[in-house]
Amino acid sequence: MLPLRKLATLLWLLPLPVLAAPIGEAGARLLLGRTGFGAPPAQVAALAPLEREAAVDRILAGSRTQPASAPPPWTAEPLLHPPRKQLSEEEKKALRDTETRRGLALRGWWLQEMATTPSPVTEKFTLFWHGHFVSGQSKVKSAQLMYRQNALLRREALGNFATLLHDIARDPAMLRYLDTVGSHKGEANENFAREVMELFTLGEGHYSEQDIREAARAFTGWQLHPDSGEPVFRPRRYDDGTKTVLGRSGKLDGDAVLDTLLAQPATARFITRKLWLYLVSPTPDEATTNRLAADFARDYQIKPLVRALLLTPAFWHSSGQQVKSPVELTVGTVVTFGMAIPDWQALAVQNRRLGQDLFDPPNVRGWPGGDAWVNSDSLLLRKQFLDSLTRPGGNKPRLQIAPDWLQQHPTAASWLPALPAANPAPAAPQQALRQLLQDPAWQLQ
Amino acid sequence: MQRRQFLATLGAGLLTVQLPGLAYAIAPTGYQRLLVLVELKGGNDGLNTVIPYTSADYTRLRPTLAIAREQVLQLDEQRGLHPALAPLLPLWQGGQLAIVQGVGYPEPNLSHFRSIDIWDTASHSTQTLSSGWLTRLLQQYPAGDAFASDGLILGSQTLGPLAGGARAVVLRNAADFARQARLAQAGAGQGGSSALAHVLKVEADIRRAASDIGKMSPAQQAMGNAQDPGRIPDAPGNFGRAVRTLLETLAGGSQIVVARLTLTGFDTHAGQTGTQQRLLGELAEGLAALQAGLAAQGRWDDTLVMSYAEFGRRPKENGNQGTDHGTANSHFVLGGRVAGGFYGQAPQLAGISDGNLSYAVDFRQLYATVCERWWGKPSAAVLGGRFSPLPLLRA
Repeated sequence: MLPLRKLATLLWLLPLPVLAAPIGEAGARLLLGRTGFGAPPAQVAALAPLEREAAVDRILAGSRTQPASAPPPWTAEPLLHPPRKQLSEEEKKALRDTETRRGLALRGWWLQEMATTPSPVTEKFTLFWHGHFVSGQSKVKSAQLMYRQNALLRREALGNFATLLHDIARDPAMLRYLDTVGSHKGEANENFAREVMELFTLGEGHYSEQDIREAARAFTGWQLHPDSGEPVFRPRRYDDGTKTVLGRSGKLDGDAVLDTLLAQPATARFITRKLWLYLVSPTPDEATTNRLAADFARDYQIKPLVRALLLTPAFWHSSGQQVKSPVELTVGTVVTFGMAIPDWQALAVQNRRLGQDLFDPPNVRGWPGGDAWVNSDSLLLRKQFLDSLTRPGGNKPRLQIAPDWLQQHPTAASWLPALPAANPAPAAPQQALRQLLQDPAWQLQ
Repeated sequence: MQRRQFLATLGAGLLTVQLPGLAYAIAPTGYQRLLVLVELKGGNDGLNTVIPYTSADYTRLRPTLAIAREQVLQLDEQRGLHPALAPLLPLWQGGQLAIVQGVGYPEPNLSHFRSIDIWDTASHSTQTLSSGWLTRLLQQYPAGDAFASDGLILGSQTLGPLAGGARAVVLRNAADFARQARLAQAGAGQGGSSALAHVLKVEADIRRAASDIGKMSPAQQAMGNAQDPGRIPDAPGNFGRAVRTLLETLAGGSQIVVARLTLTGFDTHAGQTGTQQRLLGELAEGLAALQAGLAAQGRWDDTLVMSYAEFGRRPKENGNQGTDHGTANSHFVLGGRVAGGFYGQAPQLAGISDGNLSYAVDFRQLYATVCERWWGKPSAAVLGGRFSPLPLLRA
């Protein structure tokens, strides 16, 4: 069994005019998994005959700027909190409860969108930017503002990085999350200035503490309108003096500082490297990413960069090198087996337990990703989740794989990434299905 | 070589090993003593934790955040604790709480993520290491098969000082862990990718740990109840839960070298007062519960508790009633063998406007104290240089 699987992998490496060869089912599964969340057999079969370029282009061609399913209706309503209003303890508690309920509804809605959208790549990159331009509901304290940010991240998910950076700096949830709100002349808050350099653009080591102090002054003067939640600029609270950031001096405002950051070669390199790790492989390849970054820096268009990353030879040889994130594992398994979902919010709670609480990353760096997804706690919870999918259910509707599923898809055992298998498949379908999902390689893609 | 000559050489060799620290001879071999690391994640504000309450500079730098003098728990004529730390006072009065001030390192980095990496790996500021300092110690001096795991990680999903190879178990609840551990498969062989190798290692760590953790001790079996390992005091919040999980695991008889507990939320850029009050209260009640629980198990004298964080905070408050990232910080060391009192150097606030504090104690001196004085093991190879231990322990 083991040598056969290895041989199968090797065969894929052999065809000489490799770009003109069909990607096959293994290639299609890899591409669909990395650019989305799993894939049912029919989708894999449809993509398998295409060559690499055609397959990648087909996936990118469907990208969207809007969600396919309607978000919860309250996302379009006026902002819930009047922040300055004096509230009684009961009113405060009622507000908190409403926010908690809405937050859970929002998480459930996004998971549903990931699983059902015609363009999973859109959601995959919305999720990437959510883990990059991090804000979290526990600090922002408004599900409506979190949705607004989510809509921005989706609009530019495969759009333009420079636009996204400028817009995120004026995004109400971000203004709250990194304390730009209320930062004023004379006592500038450094939080946003530091993280925009360290985590959003340049990366650690490409700026000085003095750059942060100066940039913080440029981001002063912003507040949120108490009713609309719109950012409002208050000139009297803004530090309009001369600042020097990364060698550029002048009466720089926030946008000027962001343009300065975008003009640094480190920014395109940092983003390209991060996308490589997200999309291709946990092993960095500075030569390749620096080359791609040089193109990216010209116009900061995201889609051509993603296309180039997906067409690197390394991508097509990377099966099984990535640990699935909780969302990739849960939504991916749901999608792959075409399961009916009785409760999306329950799946959101499941993902929180597995370490990926959507709309509330652990800190401003986002989820560390890679091997860090799997530790003794999370691995047991992941296996428990997968185990529950293959157990016969009681009367209560719950997430479950159809018992006859494996009979209809007898080749599923070969779906694991091209890695040594644990055991030969047993005969009883339910047991075989369980073994497939409990194989350590099901944790990978 | 003559047998006699060989023995003499051997003897001389032993002598040089013993000489640099008499402490090696005093501390027991192996890891019979427990280390509990407490991470104050986000960078606790040390200046409002150990408060120079008579300092005019303190009130100058903290116009809205200064803790009023009459609320400070005064420990001597200049220094006192934040009022939320009242549960620690009995330990201070009993001489089992050391306060180390001015802990930091040269060329400080003010990034959360880079600076905690420096602390966790015990690297120089400009050096990047991939393994935690405890991982390196445990690779050099393995704990052995009797230990369920090298370390327990509680309240966090990251392995910190145990990253990069140590046997570490992230634990939420000991009984759940024991129940779920059957899902970790038996010996699935070699990894075909580094990701697979990682999953397989975690499965192996689970299987080893699960043969002890969550099992009942003989005393509990006699009582027929795994859930009640004796009197475990209650403490609030996630930190209280982490303390309880640790106490339950130890009461069940599992041997571990180190436990790392994380209390998060200290990155108080805005509205610091209420947040820090709550967190320090959780910390103090949790530590008091830990002390009471370990004392009840007869283990308090063999436990050393030490706090750490990526950095302290800026002496001058910002415009949002918060504080930005800073450098040197105050930390707590407590335990049955600790020689209580103040160590290090109080913050030098005179002349500070918007600058940061300089450090007086390198954090690697704390680690050297643990390696040499607590466990009786040389520290220089682990820490990448000689760092003088502090006299924090009673002989």
